[in-house]
Amino acid sequence: MKVNVKVWRQENKDAQGRFETYEVVNLIPEMSFLEMLDTLNEQLLKRGERPVEFDSDCREGICGTCGLVIDGMAHGPKRACTTCELRMRNFNDGSTITVEPFRAQGFPVLRDLVVDRSAFDRIISAGGYVSVNSGSAPDANAIPIPKDIAERAMDSAACIGCGACVAACPNASASLFVGAKITQFSLLPQGQAERHKRAVRMIETMDNEGFGNCSNHAECEAACPKNISIDNIARMRREYMKGSLKAV
Amino acid sequence: MIADKSILDSKIPEGPIQEKWANHKASVKLVNPANKRKYTVIVVGTGLAGGAAAATMGELGYNVLNFCIQDSPRRAHSVAAQGGINAAKNYQNDGDSAWRLFYDTIKGGDYRAREANVYRLAELSTSIIDQSVAAGVPFAREYGGTLANRSFGGAQVSRTFYARGQTGQQLLLGAYSALMRQVDSGRVKLFPRREMLDVVKVEGRARGIVCRNLVTGELEKYAADAVCVATGGYSTVFFLSTMAVNCNATAIWRCYKQGALFGNPCFTQIHPTCLPQAGDDQSKLTLMSESLRNDGRVWVPKKKKDDRRPQDIPEDERDYFLERKYPAFGNLAPRDISSRAAKEVCDAGYGVGPTGFSVYLDFGEAIGRLGENVIRERYGNLFSMYHEITDENPYEQPMRIYPAPHYTMGGLWVDYNLMTTIPGLYALGEANFSDHGANRLGASALMQGLADGYFVIPSTISDFLAEHRPDGLNTTHEAFTEIEQKVADQTKQLLGINGSKTVREYHWELGRIMWERVGMARNDEGLKKAITDIQALRTDYWKNVKVGGEGQELNKNLEFAGRVADFLELGELMARDALTREESCGGHFREEHQTDDGEAKRDDERFCHVAAWEYKGDNETPARHEENLTFDNAKLTQRSYK
Repeated sequence: MKVNVKVWRQENKDAQGRFETYEVVNLIPEMSFLEMLDTLNEQLLKRGERPVEFDSDCREGICGTCGLVIDGMAHGPKRACTTCELRMRNFNDGSTITVEPFRAQGFPVLRDLVVDRSAFDRIISAGGYVSVNSGSAPDANAIPIPKDIAERAMDSAACIGCGACVAACPNASASLFVGAKITQFSLLPQGQAERHKRAVRMIETMDNEGFGNCSNHAECEAACPKNISIDNIARMRREYMKGSLKAV
Repeated sequence: MIADKSILDSKIPEGPIQEKWANHKASVKLVNPANKRKYTVIVVGTGLAGGAAAATMGELGYNVLNFCIQDSPRRAHSVAAQGGINAAKNYQNDGDSAWRLFYDTIKGGDYRAREANVYRLAELSTSIIDQSVAAGVPFAREYGGTLANRSFGGAQVSRTFYARGQTGQQLLLGAYSALMRQVDSGRVKLFPRREMLDVVKVEGRARGIVCRNLVTGELEKYAADAVCVATGGYSTVFFLSTMAVNCNATAIWRCYKQGALFGNPCFTQIHPTCLPQAGDDQSKLTLMSESLRNDGRVWVPKKKKDDRRPQDIPEDERDYFLERKYPAFGNLAPRDISSRAAKEVCDAGYGVGPTGFSVYLDFGEAIGRLGENVIRERYGNLFSMYHEITDENPYEQPMRIYPAPHYTMGGLWVDYNLMTTIPGLYALGEANFSDHGANRLGASALMQGLADGYFVIPSTISDFLAEHRPDGLNTTHEAFTEIEQKVADQTKQLLGINGSKTVREYHWELGRIMWERVGMARNDEGLKKAITDIQALRTDYWKNVKVGGEGQELNKNLEFAGRVADFLELGELMARDALTREESCGGHFREEHQTDDGEAKRDDERFCHVAAWEYKGDNETPARHEENLTFDNAKLTQRSYK
């Protein structure tokens, strides 16, 4: 099969970007979307042109490195799927596909489709942890956790930090990402000691990084490759409310 | 081959194996708490080993500089480990102990690992689980709230802890959160999107690194009192592997070229349960967790080239070859054995799928026995991943799997303190050679990474630092300028060739050579040919590669070009190591050395040692050193899983 890709090209952070359209040939439906871009880049290199820069790593949907807006949808048209897991069989032969970076004030474009998501790390460093030094932990079974609570915490912990929630949100809010981490620790006994301080600090950091507020569009949940529910945002709000009422 | 044992001092502590680590910890020199902040330690890599090490040394009070090639430390390839982590907790009361875990690991590694290291690993395994749970890692639980376990390949007890099929991700996020807490406190400084391109030595000691800022393309220099590399394995030398596409050997390879010995480079693990290849432009192979073999049964049709649908093949016309050949362990035989068995049946013409290079992994019986819901709860995410990639529903028809390069047991040679042969340079996790011998057992990689990071290096590094007080050395020292120039020259050279073949094409060709001749089965003739083929390919690379773009900018193809240049050297060393090791052991299978029934045949007389290679210059034959392995506790026997 073959497709036309209309790709965002931008030399650097400060440059003006534009779309370029390329034809990519010799594709097979089993190929992943990123392998299609690999093929495009090989074709560009052979012609002496600059390859399209994009981030990817594990190529099995767990590291959260890849992330493109494909035909207007973060991670493309398939639900619960990262860009690297998306296969070309989801596209028609001969179609034109638009490929853009994740766009948000909190995610500046570095080059072409590569964005800077380090704001997420700064949000985690503002409390997305349990303060326990190595070597000081009690026996693991000394902290019994009911199975359903552990499962719910795991549902939230499954977030891969890709940022699709931000890219999909009309407000570029990071609430699903932040809510998932706050929820994980608020459910677990290990997270209780820092529970209130954590919620307030993480949310303040999110705001300071330039992410917007949540206004319940739920686009984030639809775009999330790991099916993280917006219940996490509801819980985040409750945690924030409790936290801001306590003396922090 | 001259055996020079003088430079390999493994520094294994005296005393009975159960007391070595405790005694050692009690005898290492300490750094006064008030003085720790005066020391700077560089940690390269943020996976389980690097992330845990940086976090823990930050907690201790050292000034830590932590580097990674990813845009965030949370994306290191440890994230992709699926099945679980072993620990000798004996929560299931099934007779487990540190001793058993030690014994299984030594035996699983086919008696090519150090006893003392492996015992320490088994001992520390329990603390890792405690630490991770305290950090909020949501491991699977029983209804009563206690931790759940499952069994994994090569073990007769249930000692594997897991978080669905995402155990690596959850453990990494645990280490990452500890790391980010230290970043918050200011004790760890994080440098993402940096690639270490060389180590800087001053008076023979590792004193810093030169790295490329992957966003701006600028070279950056950092000085320290010690350097730890935790940059993972090198299966990407095969081009197609289960590793992330950015995994590479560059950091450890450049350490090797600066004088750190490379241990057992040919010991690579071919994982039995991966998705078969679909096309020539494929960029990686996807692993399906080995935990699937707990409930999945591996089979091929008894008839060659049987093209019936699997569900139409009656039970008595199926060959459950693992159960047939290894009745005691069945589908849970270790990885090397299971992989070779799959290769054998496919080579003999019984393989299935469009290429004939895959075997069935069938859940039909388990779904009948336990119900689809139980299987969904255990492996749901793996099944949906399989469905997504292949467009086949594994609840309805068996999965198709084939072995793929996965983990590398080889790596930088380290002593008991995890120090390489360069003073002040340490290697942690998969980047070192130490604990898995010739074959790693399932669920042991996460254990080793975290043991090295949380517990070993924080204890052993003080022994060195206490003897080497901070001396104010900084990056204005001429050693830094020299290395920076060397790295800049290489970049310039790569960009200047402007030939006609892309980096990827060379990588692909190298991968073919490696897979065919240095893969699952090796022989004298093939290895010799691999060496000359790789040499020729390397010569051609430096004449005809096309990189494109500039040095001073974000240029991923240039990053790959440097990595492939190193793979083209490492591949030769792997072949050389495999050629010299005239025995079969674990994942290293020499066709000339097998038992009557086709199993790996060790030669303990000649090869009961670690081979550690010393770089002697470009296009010079490296020197091979030996560290003899002694087995005072485990009994050297022919491995049997029958």
